[in-house]
Amino acid sequence: MPDIASASRPARGMASGALATLGRVLVLPVDVTMRLFDPPMRWMQRIIGARRMAYVFLLPNFIFFGLFVFLPIGIDIVFALTGGTALFPSQRPYVGGDQFAYLFDCGSYLDPATCREDRFWRGVANTARFIAFQVTAMVLFSLVTALVLNMKIRGRGFFRAVYFFPVLLSPVVVALIWKWILQRDGLLNAAITTLGGQKILFFVDPGWAMFWAVFVSVWAHMGFYTLILLAGLQAIPADLYEAAEMDATPRWRVLTRITLPLLWPNMIVVIVLALIKGAQTFDEVFVLTGGGPGTATLMIVQYIYETAFSGQVQNFGLAAAASVVLGAVLFVLTLLQFAAARRKEV
Amino acid sequence: MAALRLASLLGQRRNGHGRPLHWTDVAAYAYLAFGVVLMFGPVLWLVLSSFKTQSALLEFPPSLLPFAQVEVTVSGQQQKLPLFRATLPDGSVRELAQVRRIGLVAQMIDPADPSQQFRVAIDKRAPVRRVALATENYSEPLQRFAFLRFLFNSVFVTVVATLITLLINSMAAYALAVYAFPGKQAATLAVIGTLMIPMTIILVPVYLVVTELGLTNSLWAVILPGAATPTGVFLLRQYMLTLPKDLIEAARMDRASEWQIYWRIVMPLTLPALAVLAIFSIMWRWNEFLWPLAVLTKTEVYTLQIALNAFQGELQTQWHYLLAMTVVTLIPVALVFVFLQRFITTGIGSTGMK
Amino acid sequence: MRAATPVFTSLVLSLLAATAFGGPVAAETTTLRMTWYSDGNEGEVMADLLKRFHEQNKDIDIVLDQVPFKAINETLPVQLASGQGPDMARIVDMGGLSRYALDMRPFLKDPTYWETNFGPFLEWMRPPGDARAIPGFMTQLTVTGPFVNKTLFEQAGVAMPGETSTWEDWAKAVKEVADKVQAPFPLALDRSGHRFYALAVSQGTQGFGANGEPEIVDEGFKRAAQLVYDWHKSGIMSKELWGSVSGTAYRGANDEFTNAQVVMYLSGSWQTGQFAKTIGTAFDWVAVANPCGPGGCSSMPGGAGLVAFKTSQHPTEVARVMEYLASEPVLAEFYSRSLFVPGHLGLAKKGIDYPTASPEAAAALKVFTLSAAKISPIAYRTQGYGNSRIIFNAVISRLGQAVSGETSLEDAYKRITADVTQQIAERNKK
Repeated sequence: MPDIASASRPARGMASGALATLGRVLVLPVDVTMRLFDPPMRWMQRIIGARRMAYVFLLPNFIFFGLFVFLPIGIDIVFALTGGTALFPSQRPYVGGDQFAYLFDCGSYLDPATCREDRFWRGVANTARFIAFQVTAMVLFSLVTALVLNMKIRGRGFFRAVYFFPVLLSPVVVALIWKWILQRDGLLNAAITTLGGQKILFFVDPGWAMFWAVFVSVWAHMGFYTLILLAGLQAIPADLYEAAEMDATPRWRVLTRITLPLLWPNMIVVIVLALIKGAQTFDEVFVLTGGGPGTATLMIVQYIYETAFSGQVQNFGLAAAASVVLGAVLFVLTLLQFAAARRKEV
Repeated sequence: MAALRLASLLGQRRNGHGRPLHWTDVAAYAYLAFGVVLMFGPVLWLVLSSFKTQSALLEFPPSLLPFAQVEVTVSGQQQKLPLFRATLPDGSVRELAQVRRIGLVAQMIDPADPSQQFRVAIDKRAPVRRVALATENYSEPLQRFAFLRFLFNSVFVTVVATLITLLINSMAAYALAVYAFPGKQAATLAVIGTLMIPMTIILVPVYLVVTELGLTNSLWAVILPGAATPTGVFLLRQYMLTLPKDLIEAARMDRASEWQIYWRIVMPLTLPALAVLAIFSIMWRWNEFLWPLAVLTKTEVYTLQIALNAFQGELQTQWHYLLAMTVVTLIPVALVFVFLQRFITTGIGSTGMK
Repeated sequence: MRAATPVFTSLVLSLLAATAFGGPVAAETTTLRMTWYSDGNEGEVMADLLKRFHEQNKDIDIVLDQVPFKAINETLPVQLASGQGPDMARIVDMGGLSRYALDMRPFLKDPTYWETNFGPFLEWMRPPGDARAIPGFMTQLTVTGPFVNKTLFEQAGVAMPGETSTWEDWAKAVKEVADKVQAPFPLALDRSGHRFYALAVSQGTQGFGANGEPEIVDEGFKRAAQLVYDWHKSGIMSKELWGSVSGTAYRGANDEFTNAQVVMYLSGSWQTGQFAKTIGTAFDWVAVANPCGPGGCSSMPGGAGLVAFKTSQHPTEVARVMEYLASEPVLAEFYSRSLFVPGHLGLAKKGIDYPTASPEAAAALKVFTLSAAKISPIAYRTQGYGNSRIIFNAVISRLGQAVSGETSLEDAYKRITADVTQQIAERNKK
């Protein structure tokens, strides 16, 4: 909690002055509007009492939740149990568990080629492979970077910002930046040929395509996790380090005996969060490779999107069934995240 | 100036008292320097490339700076032609303008006398260069890529969505933080439940809901579904829990309405957390991709990201335009970064992953 | 505060739009929306014609929404499915979108004109089972055919194969040329099922079984698929083209051809105008007769039609616009300026002048018109089949996988058949 308060201390420099004025200008009309709400709110309070005003405050948020989250979950189930290509459920014939049966009809779950809906299983396999590499790389590099940034170095603020910069970029921009570098005649191939090698067509080779999908994803998101881990590192009390220094403990021991164990709860949270986000990967990979070559980088979310929205036959039912499956997986992962977060607070 | 800084960086020991520079310190700086190159380099390359002419972009290996070849206008040719220093079969070296390269032979003409055509083997010419910026890469597509329109759409979505989010999330957080009421547990659980249901799973049904509400192809279709965020509710609730309860009690005794307490007492105190939520919301909304891709199908309502993606699909290999438009899409974020990064990074770091 | 006004206005407008579900705004001017894509300059020509129409008919205003070809195939169907489509659109998948098409017959002044001149093509636009509807007209008839970079052949010193040469002859020749001149794309086919079928028909595919249902993977089809597969392996077709996008995404090679990186490009007559403009006199290019195979030397027909949609709120006005555009003088002008092969029987007989065409373009159009006369009935049938798009999509998606090494050809064949069966079944579920 005190951490948030410290964040409120305005950023130094010109920016804060301008921001403050901007803030004041923006708030004025909003403030006026809000005050207009006071009479009706008072009236309501008189009727239902102060304590029940809580419901009034909860209402708007829950209307949105209801309309855009809970209702859709129900509709998802409905879609998953119906067939046809109509959008409106009333026009869709009931098919029971057929969509799921179709989805899970496989010779062997480990070999997508034996499945009836092979694209879905390729998506599953690709996403699993992607997560394995991406989360490992992400956590590793974030950890190293956080450790480095935690050292007493000059210009830490600047370097922290450097690593965070790609996080602000949109997925389309990120993908296009790297697509340009990885072209047949792009910068990377120029470097390779200068060093005597042959040009590599990265996007035509499935292995390279997946590698770059992971690389670009880590490049774009690493900064975010670095910040979280850095905050965790900075929460470790300084006296522990001082005591270690007085004992002339070698650096690597400090790392393994003090830093990492104390950081571990944060790391777990970061790992699970990265897993959850990784399972939903779509944006950068879609723009970078489009799922190709073939279906080498097709992720589950892209599968859902394409099955429902692109193509001549919009198979909402199948897409919904796949969504339900993905939802189940994410549900488990989110429970894990809560367990991890709970442990951390303890 | 930079040299002095570097020297002080290296010279300054940990406690400034002559302790030798540990190898880990050197490694750290090396890693950080590498990080700067890796994080900024590609963006820099993008910007540099965007100023190269189309023919310069087709070159391999590419030059670092936008060394545009000198291009000359030759009468009878629609486009400007690149200038080369060509070695002709008779041994003389002349500056000729190239019309096109086909296979192993370049078709060249003398700028002073366009009727004279030469066929020169490609290995017998060297480009005449100067540093130049091909700003037409920016001006030409801006007619097709209605940047201002898309920028407006993105800004509209981001601002309105953030305002709505701040309002309704704070109201809900206020209820959960300050009141005790029957159903509080259930409400909290419901919010947690929502956390488990990301947009990717309910893509199709939300599309249906939005269609039923008649919102397809309006920016509201992008704004509304994501306005109530569980993360926001929790973030604000955490913060509000730390506020002293006596303030609220005192206000009640002063006969302030609940709404007034919320708006005039609690909200101003929650400003730091609100700021963090605002930053998150702005980041998410500005970069949002999947949902707008699914729900916006008319070009005039495209947000900036979707428009750039569509532009990419349309142009495919006309990189000179594509790169320029990417840079243009990048600019708002870069500006925000330059002015507000300290704010942002502190905010995110301090709240952890919530 | 200036910034507030557009915000406020759009807020109000959006709210109105949200509640009014696209109802007409004012009483006097009817605004119609036409979604359009262009290969060459036809967008400008159409805009011009629409402007003239508006001057003669002040009560109808038409907004010409120019979008990329991709959007027509991918986004428009989604719009129509959710009831948000335009009043008219220039489309390619006439069969697939036929269920949204508006029958203009009750609104037309002279339906017989339409039947006489667009007869065979109306079949393509009608929903299955309907034999009377008049949903629109052909903005052009297209035929597939190869473009060849003659200059590269000359530089390489290789002779171009003659008129009745086979695909194999051409493949060998272009590889030789490409090796000599270092061109990265010896042979390029648009990444499209329709273009693949041009090859498949020449290899003898029948497309349909005895019962009239599609039977896609037969001997001829397999021959064609094997050719493409082998060509990708031997480098005659570069993996970069079909492999740079995935699934059913379209990818043309026009930019590469314009940049003289392609020796032979199987595309079609609709590219003529664009090539004439962008290539200019940079190199010599020609359209050649289709290479032959066991199934003949036929092209695949195609074309885009301008079709009106049921969801339109103003069918009478739409019919008026369509009648104007489909009238002989206007349509003749359209075909002539856009350099299109006419999809109007009367005009096709009379012949269209292409005064704006460069010598190459004119020569190319001549070759294509000759090819148009030789289109095989199988090609017509496949193109006109209501679910043709499903077939084309499945073919290109699976062959794309096979070509990038992800599956074997045998697997791809099975998948194509399965995909088509499943999708047609899903579409027919009521």
